[in-house]
Amino acid sequence: MQVAVISGKGGTGKSSITAALASLSQNIVLVDCDVDASNLYLLFNSTHEEEYAFVGGEKAVIDYNRCTHCGLCMVYCRFDAIVTENGKIKIKEVFCDGCHLCSRICPEKAIAMIEEKNSKYFAGSFRHGKMVYGRLAPGEENTGLLVNKVREKAKQIAKFQRIETILLDGPPGIGCPVMSTITGVDKLLLVTEPSLSGIHDMERMLAVAKHFNIETKIIINKYDLHTELSEQIEQKAKAWDATVIAKIPYEPLFVKAMIQQQSIVEFAPDSPSARIIASIYDTVLLH
Amino acid sequence: MNKNVKIAVAGGKGGTGKTLVATNLFYVIKEEGKEVELIDCDAEEPNAGLFFNGNLIYHSDVMLKVPEINTSLCVYCGKCKEYCNYNAILMIGFSKYIKVIEELCHGCGACSIACDYSAITKKNRKIGEVNQYQVQDKALLTEARMQVGVYSPVNTVKTALKQNPHPYVQIIDAPPGTSCPFIHSVVHADYVVLVTEPTPFGLSDLKQSIETLKGMKKFYGVVINRVDEPNQEMMQYLQKENIKVLAQIPFDRDIATVYAQGGLIAQHLSAYKKVFTGLLDLIIQEICK
Amino acid sequence: MKVAITSTGNTLESDVDQRFGRCTYFVIYDTESKSVEYIPNPNKQISEGAGPASVQILAERGVNKIVSGDFGLKVKPLLDSLKVQMIVIKHTQKTVSEIIESLDH
Ligand code: SF4
Ligand code: SF4
Repeated sequence: MQVAVISGKGGTGKSSITAALASLSQNIVLVDCDVDASNLYLLFNSTHEEEYAFVGGEKAVIDYNRCTHCGLCMVYCRFDAIVTENGKIKIKEVFCDGCHLCSRICPEKAIAMIEEKNSKYFAGSFRHGKMVYGRLAPGEENTGLLVNKVREKAKQIAKFQRIETILLDGPPGIGCPVMSTITGVDKLLLVTEPSLSGIHDMERMLAVAKHFNIETKIIINKYDLHTELSEQIEQKAKAWDATVIAKIPYEPLFVKAMIQQQSIVEFAPDSPSARIIASIYDTVLLH
Repeated sequence: MNKNVKIAVAGGKGGTGKTLVATNLFYVIKEEGKEVELIDCDAEEPNAGLFFNGNLIYHSDVMLKVPEINTSLCVYCGKCKEYCNYNAILMIGFSKYIKVIEELCHGCGACSIACDYSAITKKNRKIGEVNQYQVQDKALLTEARMQVGVYSPVNTVKTALKQNPHPYVQIIDAPPGTSCPFIHSVVHADYVVLVTEPTPFGLSDLKQSIETLKGMKKFYGVVINRVDEPNQEMMQYLQKENIKVLAQIPFDRDIATVYAQGGLIAQHLSAYKKVFTGLLDLIIQEICK
Repeated sequence: MKVAITSTGNTLESDVDQRFGRCTYFVIYDTESKSVEYIPNPNKQISEGAGPASVQILAERGVNKIVSGDFGLKVKPLLDSLKVQMIVIKHTQKTVSEIIESLDH
């Protein structure tokens, strides 16, 4: 079974909750799909057993032995990635979108496309099972492909090790990497918080979940910071046929646990929040 | 302070409190009666606007030039499809079927250059919008908002950054992560304020952001948010790298409450006003160095 | 009629691949000749537009029906406009041969 934890915007406490759910298991494959800022491997100090390079895209590179600085490529580039500096043509790497147009039109055939291989993904073990995560190189476009790679690796490990549950920690936002995280999962856990943007993001995610026809359960984190908005969340959820399965209070222990490199379940197993998460685990991951 | 100084506020991963810092910084500058513009570049989830009321004074749709194929001129040669590196053109020759999948089009223009039959023209597709609000006499809020299902927020972010009718001080609320949208948001900034939290997560993201900014040769400093006990490792790292800690914001439930209700802590919690005026002074000192 | 089934491998006993654009293999079954063809999906690794690119491959081969776990937002209208029928097999682990069997009945 694959369960993804997502949240719309960042800062809802999604990763802390995912970590806590993972640490309730004896043997799980935990996947960090937030490849732009993966951090679960740090929290659990996972071992580093396998490492793979990931080809993120292509960038144009000029061969100055051929370039006559005619400037044609600069005229055609729609990404403002080609500039002149003291009469010399230069490609600003971070702006290049990899469309190939310049390399196709260059009369001197002076532009080549080079694969970008700075992103990586890793697999290893941690105290509750196996860990898979990716790291996107700075400045690269997060298209969701690295997320797919990471998920594929996780599936392979699960099959090989006969581990039943794969838990995915999703990236923030609503873009391609989120779509890649939730395609084909069995259940979604949507972590939200009582703020206007929290509600807004939740509804956007629910619309997506509905399209993919995925069973979705909602967790309201820090619900007591604004009880009226929390009630509003519950009503909105109902309208979308999704249930709120847990309400977690504002809990400083989450951060304290993180500093100790533990999940809240490991750090304070008897705290009310840890108990709530245990019940989420029972209803969502055991069934 | 120089009039058109640009200060970007970034936070590595989401949720470290960069919007908290950006909005409150904007607030204290505006309260001093200075000319200031807050630009929300988190185009996937812009929410700085929830903290201010203002009148909409400018709106523009951000357009991408996507191809349109004139099927009466098209001979189904497939050259455009071959030129498109994003799989945005679908063509089934034998059924005389050709279609541009606009959601996948990056607007690179390669297809129209490829076509030898002048069958491709351009049309505009809305990929985002920029809204600008007058929050106060000399204070503007500009918001980049991308459309759902667009391949990248970069164009929308770029447009928002350019929509500055006055040479005001700019506070840029940058998107999370260190990928393209982040780079575009900070590329013209004079100074970058990195907001982090004193946890192992925070430190790892901070390092990644700093590596990226170093590569871009930017000036930057750090604000540590939700400080309960100081994180020794983080402090050692910052010291070793000789990075200035501009401010520390305590771990305080009141902050979370005010923030959840769409309030500004510099306004509602008097104790914090000083934190942000102090932060501002330090940033100015750093920039003037 | 030609039916495409997204598959995790190149045997009849392989499972149906839940992903359309990024499946491992396309199995093309011809209901008249009963022939089965396995095509490795070249779009598995591409960063964007795997769905439409896969539509391209199948439509070029004259497929009229596709069996998969999910069809994305971009793919559905394309297949509709090409008049290719979509059959969604979800939440059950079925093998390619099971699907072929059910198509023959
Ligand atoms: S403009 Fe570029 S991305 Fe868009 S369809 Fe043409 S070739 Fe493809
Ligand atoms: S290149 Fe021009 S003529 Fe050829 S298929 Fe494309 S639009 Fe049609």
